Amino acid sequence: MVLKEFETLLNIYEKVGGNKDVFKQRNVANLLIQENRVLNSNNAEGVIMESRQTRNGVIANLLVKQKVKVKNPVHLCFGVLPKEGRQEIMMNISVEDGAEVEVVAHCLFPNAVKVIHKMDADIKIGKNAKFKYQETHYHGNYGGIRVIPRARVSVGKNSLYENIFSLIIGRVGFLDFDYEVNCDEKSVVDLAMKVYGKEDDSIKVRESVNLNGKESKSLVKTRVVLKDKAKAEVIGETYGNAPYAHGHVDCTEILIGRGAVAKAIPIVAVKDDRAKVTHEAAIGSIDKRQLETLMARGLNEEEAINVIVKGILK
Amino acid sequence: MLKVENLIFKKGKTKILKDVNLEIKRGEIHALLGLNGTGKTTLAYALMGCSGYQPSGGRILFERNEITRLSIWQRAKLGITLAWQGPARFEGLTVREYLKCSNKDADVDNILSIVGFSPDYSERMVDDELSGGERKRIELASVIAMHPKLAILDEIDSGIDIVSMPSIRKTIRKMKKGGITVLLITHNEYILDVADKISLICAGEIVKTAKPQVAKEYFKKHCKGCTHLYQVNWEELKNGFKGV
Repeated sequence: MVLKEFETLLNIYEKVGGNKDVFKQRNVANLLIQENRVLNSNNAEGVIMESRQTRNGVIANLLVKQKVKVKNPVHLCFGVLPKEGRQEIMMNISVEDGAEVEVVAHCLFPNAVKVIHKMDADIKIGKNAKFKYQETHYHGNYGGIRVIPRARVSVGKNSLYENIFSLIIGRVGFLDFDYEVNCDEKSVVDLAMKVYGKEDDSIKVRESVNLNGKESKSLVKTRVVLKDKAKAEVIGETYGNAPYAHGHVDCTEILIGRGAVAKAIPIVAVKDDRAKVTHEAAIGSIDKRQLETLMARGLNEEEAINVIVKGILK
Repeated sequence: MLKVENLIFKKGKTKILKDVNLEIKRGEIHALLGLNGTGKTTLAYALMGCSGYQPSGGRILFERNEITRLSIWQRAKLGITLAWQGPARFEGLTVREYLKCSNKDADVDNILSIVGFSPDYSERMVDDELSGGERKRIELASVIAMHPKLAILDEIDSGIDIVSMPSIRKTIRKMKKGGITVLLITHNEYILDVADKISLICAGEIVKTAKPQVAKEYFKKHCKGCTHLYQVNWEELKNGFKGV
């Protein structure tokens, strides 16, 4: 049973672009969770992964030790294979001073008709560290899923934090995403989100960055494409609280057809007159010039829209 | 190859194109010359079938078939394409991917070399990463990748640095050699030199079509300093605005 689930999850993992072999390699730190069961867990040099089963999920701790530069990306996979289920993940990530690590995470709910996935993450990045986190979701084609990711992130002095969240294959269902990031001196934060909503998908995104340290920098970039009756509300917040802090909020939402509804709320505030925070938000249909250029090269309207959307969500 | 008969295009009550008659023969480089605001780009858009540029009169024939009511995509399928004066920029699309939209079998490296770029350019993004001049040359490359029967090049030379001009001229000649008929819209005399024939457009009308030398002399004598356009347009614009 466990082996079958393990193989099924890996096959889906591969279908959405992952390399399933990484869960069989000894030198790759990984964690694979199906509902509330840990199907695979592996540590690597300087990377300690701990996990504990709870009633509805798993408490997982990832520690990257001081000054360790992790060669291979750490792979995380969270799945719910049945049509119905509930998964609550409590994730604690600690990247110690001078450490560097990249995490590739996949959240797979291929058959979801009535599934809830909650993620509550606490991420601490030390000084002079680098943490890249890339999360890809696949929710299947039924739209019967509620995904609620929450994260509180603190980024230490001179550190880099990159986060890419991608949900572009299949349905979204209901997404309520809320990340809050606190930045220390000279830290750099890059948050990117790409979501493709279809049918009656509902998307709610809040990404908030507090530039608390002198010369800290951030970019919050959101790309949402909506069609059919999908709706989205994107709140991008950046607060310039320290001298020479520099932040930018960039949100583009594209509507295909008449039924979709998009809302963008950029909130920018500055507490120090030497800080600078800017924003741009654009909501609209596919750019006419782009569309006509591709059609003048022989693509029909649908093909041209696909090329443009693929580019925006890349 | 292309025949335009009494083409009329109105914006509001203003006639931008008035009885345009034009014939472009297969294999020729036919230049369209005129001052700003004379209707060159409007004619290019009407020929390509861009939305909002549907003629209110006259007809367009391509290889003897009427295409006046065809969509932009249908015209492209027949072998017509347009290089925009201000080309679109595409987020997330590399030059290679963009050129492959024109033709999935395109030899990207070779096409880039034709427009004077190294193969490294194929991985650049077709967004703000490219300068205006670079984007223009990539636009020309995408036209070449498509290998159309008729390429309408709307001020393909504008924004191009002087050092790259010979390469643009050479590229247009290569297109002709490769069997592509070109309608070239330009103000640049150096680029104009590649034309086999020039049509002069004034206030939405073709006033003369001739060999380059004759057309250029006519242009210098009658068009430079001409106030015809402005007199006509002020009057018509006034009438047009009344209707807005």
